[in-house]
Amino acid sequence: MARLSRKQIAWRVAQDIQDGTYVNLGIGAPELVANYLPDDREVIIHCENGLLGMGPTPPEGEENPDLINAGKKPVTLVNGASIFHHTDSFAMIRGGHLDICVLGAFQVSERGDLANWATLDNSRPPGVGGAMDLALGAKDVFIITDQCTRDDQPKLLESCTYPLTGKGVVSRVYTDHALIDLENNTFVVREIVEGISQEELQNMTGANLVIADNCTTLRTPEL
Amino acid sequence: MIDKRVYDFDAALEGMADGATIMSSGFGAAGAPQELLEAVLDCGFRDLVIISNNAGEGERGLIKLLKEKRIAKVICSFPTSSNSEITKELYAAGLLELEIVPQGTLSERMRAGGAGIGGFYTRTSVDTPLAEGKESRSFEGIDYVLERPLTAQFAFIKAREADRWGNLTYNLSARNFGPTMAMAADTTIVQVDQIVELGDIDPEQVVTPGIYVDRIIEVKGG
Repeated sequence: MARLSRKQIAWRVAQDIQDGTYVNLGIGAPELVANYLPDDREVIIHCENGLLGMGPTPPEGEENPDLINAGKKPVTLVNGASIFHHTDSFAMIRGGHLDICVLGAFQVSERGDLANWATLDNSRPPGVGGAMDLALGAKDVFIITDQCTRDDQPKLLESCTYPLTGKGVVSRVYTDHALIDLENNTFVVREIVEGISQEELQNMTGANLVIADNCTTLRTPEL
Repeated sequence: MIDKRVYDFDAALEGMADGATIMSSGFGAAGAPQELLEAVLDCGFRDLVIISNNAGEGERGLIKLLKEKRIAKVICSFPTSSNSEITKELYAAGLLELEIVPQGTLSERMRAGGAGIGGFYTRTSVDTPLAEGKESRSFEGIDYVLERPLTAQFAFIKAREADRWGNLTYNLSARNFGPTMAMAADTTIVQVDQIVELGDIDPEQVVTPGIYVDRIIEVKGG
């Protein structure tokens, strides 16, 4: 069955980030979005650890341990970048100054609730990082995730069963099978990858899907 | 004359005892005051309460203190790192207490502690387990959680340059929690790459004004 790779999902997200946007990219798959932003757009990437204007990964040998992103990977700065301390960085986040935040998810509910920091397994130490601040603070929260877990449990649900990160915060979900908006407490399917029927997509989802009138095929380059 | 310079770690850590609460700057290894933390290890202090974004990274600093079981509790946003298992092991064995605080709330609580603010309301953590037991309040139809200030006996900070008054500059994303922690502790101890003459740091470039700093120690290549 056709499904998108992480890189292809990241590419699709990047196409929706418009010129002039201030965007925060979460740890993991969301970091890949930076690689696919169209060249003709000026997009300013915020890192929670105090950067605006994150640039590409440095060439090997030119990494600076004092210049890292939220995933603690070495990065560079673009011309026009700025550096600030953590409290200012989170004032930007919590004060509603970021246009978009891209995050991963364990679960998303049809009401836009997000669960992405803790499972019900208490044997491992929990860690929330900046996820709760980002989920509530950014004007739009985009999610990159798979339609189902590795053991085929749906991740898009009527209600989250894991502890919440934020309630009613998600605007759009990009999965390995579809692009789905959250509208009026409903999953609205905008694009489906080639080779997947609406019925198959519904069977991989734990909540009712509404197919948009103008629903199209989700196409990406081979990546 | 004001001179906050000290020349050895005994002088830097004067007044510390078992059970001390220490804020430690750094996000991962960037800005982590590894030499100050390892001096605490050498001095033998234990039952420490650490306030830091992460419970260490890699092999140094907090990780060494954890491995020697000197830390009783860590207040942090994200305790684990991809390159160390010690936090997971101690937690699973019941040997380490963790208090998880959302990163922006952690930072803002320290700012409140440093700024004389008795508490603040934030939307972060509303409707989540991290809001349990906290006062909540609605303003203009939006729910908020009351968060209380966070202070400590000591703050350990890594900076790039300092003068003898304690004015500080930082290096890139190693700045992170330094300026906020410097405000929030009774005694702020800074390890710096380089101590410069008074007046060498352009007042426009000072990031942490010396009023927040108590002791500075030069650690070359730290």
